[in-house]
Amino acid sequence: MQAPIHNEAPHAKPESQVVLAARDVTKSFGAVRALKGVNFDVHRGQVTTLFGENGAGKSTLMKILSGVQKPSTGTIILDGEPVELDSTTDAQERGICIIHQELSLAPNMTVRDNIFMGREIRGKFGVDFAEEERQTRKLLEELEEDIDPLAKVEDLRLGQQQIVEIARALSVDARILIMDEPTSALSASEVEVLFKVIHDLKARGVSIVYISHHLEEALTITDHAVVLRDGNMTAYAPRSEIDLEWIVFNMVGENFDLGSPPQGYEFGAPALSIENLCVPSHTGVGLAVDHMDLEVKAGEIVCIYGLMGAGRTELMECAAGRLKNTEGSVKLHGHDISGLSIADRINAGLVLVPEDRQRDGLVQTMTVGKNLSLSSIGNFTKGLFTNHKAEDQIIEESIRDVTVKTDGPHAAIGSLSGGNQQKVVIGKMLVTDPTVIMLDEPSRGIDIGAKAEVFKLLAERAKQGLAVVYTTSEVTECLSIAHRIIVMRRGQISAEFSHDTTKEAIMAASGESLVA
Amino acid sequence: MADTTASANAPGKKSNVSIGKMLLEGRAFFALIAIIAIFSFLSDNYFSLNNFLIMSNHVAIFGLLAIGMLLVILNGGIDLSVGSVLGLSGVFAGWLMQGVELESMGVILYPPVWAVVILTLTLGAFVGLINGILISRFNVPAFVATLGSLYVARGAALLMTNGLTYNNLGGKAELGNTGFDWLGFNRIANVPVGVIILAIVAVLTGLVLTRTAFGRWLYSSGGNERAAELSGVPTARVKITVYVLSGICASIAGLVLSSQLTSAGPTAGTTYELTAIAAVVIGGAALTGGRGGILGTMLGAFVIGFLSDGLVIIGVSSYWQTVFTGAVIVLAVLLNSIQYGGAKRR
Repeated sequence: MQAPIHNEAPHAKPESQVVLAARDVTKSFGAVRALKGVNFDVHRGQVTTLFGENGAGKSTLMKILSGVQKPSTGTIILDGEPVELDSTTDAQERGICIIHQELSLAPNMTVRDNIFMGREIRGKFGVDFAEEERQTRKLLEELEEDIDPLAKVEDLRLGQQQIVEIARALSVDARILIMDEPTSALSASEVEVLFKVIHDLKARGVSIVYISHHLEEALTITDHAVVLRDGNMTAYAPRSEIDLEWIVFNMVGENFDLGSPPQGYEFGAPALSIENLCVPSHTGVGLAVDHMDLEVKAGEIVCIYGLMGAGRTELMECAAGRLKNTEGSVKLHGHDISGLSIADRINAGLVLVPEDRQRDGLVQTMTVGKNLSLSSIGNFTKGLFTNHKAEDQIIEESIRDVTVKTDGPHAAIGSLSGGNQQKVVIGKMLVTDPTVIMLDEPSRGIDIGAKAEVFKLLAERAKQGLAVVYTTSEVTECLSIAHRIIVMRRGQISAEFSHDTTKEAIMAASGESLVA
Repeated sequence: MADTTASANAPGKKSNVSIGKMLLEGRAFFALIAIIAIFSFLSDNYFSLNNFLIMSNHVAIFGLLAIGMLLVILNGGIDLSVGSVLGLSGVFAGWLMQGVELESMGVILYPPVWAVVILTLTLGAFVGLINGILISRFNVPAFVATLGSLYVARGAALLMTNGLTYNNLGGKAELGNTGFDWLGFNRIANVPVGVIILAIVAVLTGLVLTRTAFGRWLYSSGGNERAAELSGVPTARVKITVYVLSGICASIAGLVLSSQLTSAGPTAGTTYELTAIAAVVIGGAALTGGRGGILGTMLGAFVIGFLSDGLVIIGVSSYWQTVFTGAVIVLAVLLNSIQYGGAKRR
């Protein structure tokens, strides 16, 4: 099979060419419908890329194709036969292999052990380590990566770990290889290596399902494009018929209105002043935030845009008191708040809505109401005891205020959809009457309607004098309610824009489009 | 996450008892009813008020330990030292009752009983404080830190008595330190003092868990420590406090036990920590933290106590008691994981 057959419409192809197909696949998690009927084909020896924003359902679809999860309805067709993939092992035996976005390596073990984990080569005396090592070396040579098979995974750079993950998938002779954001942690040269490998694989007849946020990068490698939006498949076309604009249009839809910067009032005094701030990176090498200055006035909305690892999260977690800075200061209304605990900063009016809702935002074992009131227990505690009546009042006001759709304050937090869970996290912080709110990726994993509602809520609060800082990795969200857009790159501000800038300018400043 | 049984964790919300909660805490309740019914059928002596009070007095020891353990487990930790702290507290109280000789001044001090009680509780709190600091400040896993204090406290108790037992804790009227046996022997309105103490501690703990900010902090930091911390909960302080409270509960139990026995032996309370954990688990608490309540834990303690006393009354070998207790624990945990299993899909 020779790879580049760009110019045929998928339905015009003979049926034998389609190795894997999805038909009317849906998937629900409780109240959340992650996929609402998806159809597409994967062609032998070609790359099919899934495009879509966060929460569009790409990762869910991948998990279904690789046997991690089962579809709620619909069928997966492999080589023309409907199949039920019971597990990843089952999928692997049928030749479908997935490389997850989150690395699934055992950091305490060697490269060799990781590659052969679960299918060790048996020798006369237990495991045949020499043979494993030989094969590992061969695989890594094919990938043109100079990694010692006996090195521990935890000692490798993140990009190298990703390569190991890819090597593991290749080692099982996968016919269909699913790559979920494989380049997100790779350097430009590593991406080149990967793309070369992908070309080799295509020549060998391996089909590839590819997911990436780097649209331009994905366009250089793909043969077919499938676009998802809010769990729906919005478009499906071969490479020859599409371009960047087509993808963005289908991803975002008819320019869904995410609001505009609130106008008609003057900003107040500086609320949050970050001066010369340095935060060490969590790996211990270098700085995640590198001598950064930022000032946000009361009533102002600032958006911080940047790629993964640009230092946005570290900046916010440091300002919130979770991480320590090595240099510089954080001032709230002119007062230095270094040394204050997280609780003290919340009392002083500075709150953070963390990036990872499940891990950092919600207490899954508590109800919607108790999650909402968690940060403001002091407001309804009289003397020693909490006042349930006062608490219920606060909770009910908050549910109405941030428009949480729930069966009531006593519903389980897990019964809410992602968007409503996010509103609970935001609501929890708004109840404390903050003067500065920082939101790390507030739109992550929530549908477009909920996004608009969250932004509207923030815009209204800003009008009342709240200083808002939010981060995003979606350019469209920069150009919504923010008065000012800051682009971060490697811990520093690489550019600053007012709200009338263009998507292209923002992306260029982040370094996104520089990847070949 | 289709099912909504997770709403079971609305502890103490008396105004809205959900079905999930009834199932959760009802389980231990039905087990207790079944135990009482079966033993009443097997033995004429079992079903009488007096027997219930005697059994409850036994339960008081485990119950007090279990309350402290509940706080720790709600926080997502474990406290293996409570059995040893119980023993150490008894010995320490006994040592104080025998008179403390100050050699330099050539006098022997006989502290009054109230002072003995306060000093002993302080000792329990101190051991708990060390556990808490090790776990919270120095990130020693709770299992290991409290395993260490299990050995240290037991060793200290053995050293204090040289392996012997303090008898005669009654005190002498002329020394003004009588009354220690009041805790274990006296009855108020025919109810043993030990049971009353258990009830008071249980009610106080229930109030703390459901009606105070600390209670809410405890549930939230046990449910998701990172989220709680970012919400402004002083998670480190909460963690240290629960171990201190657990130590105090163990000391109370040590005082009650040594008073009941009118003697304090250094090996008292060996393996009681496991019984306390069992009571908490039977009561429906999750070892991962964040789920559980005082009512369940009390029922769990009574299930264990009434079961083993019942087996004694009908004359079953004590070896069988061990087997039965083990089976009940496994059954309880099995039901817990069935109940909570539905909420953890991802």
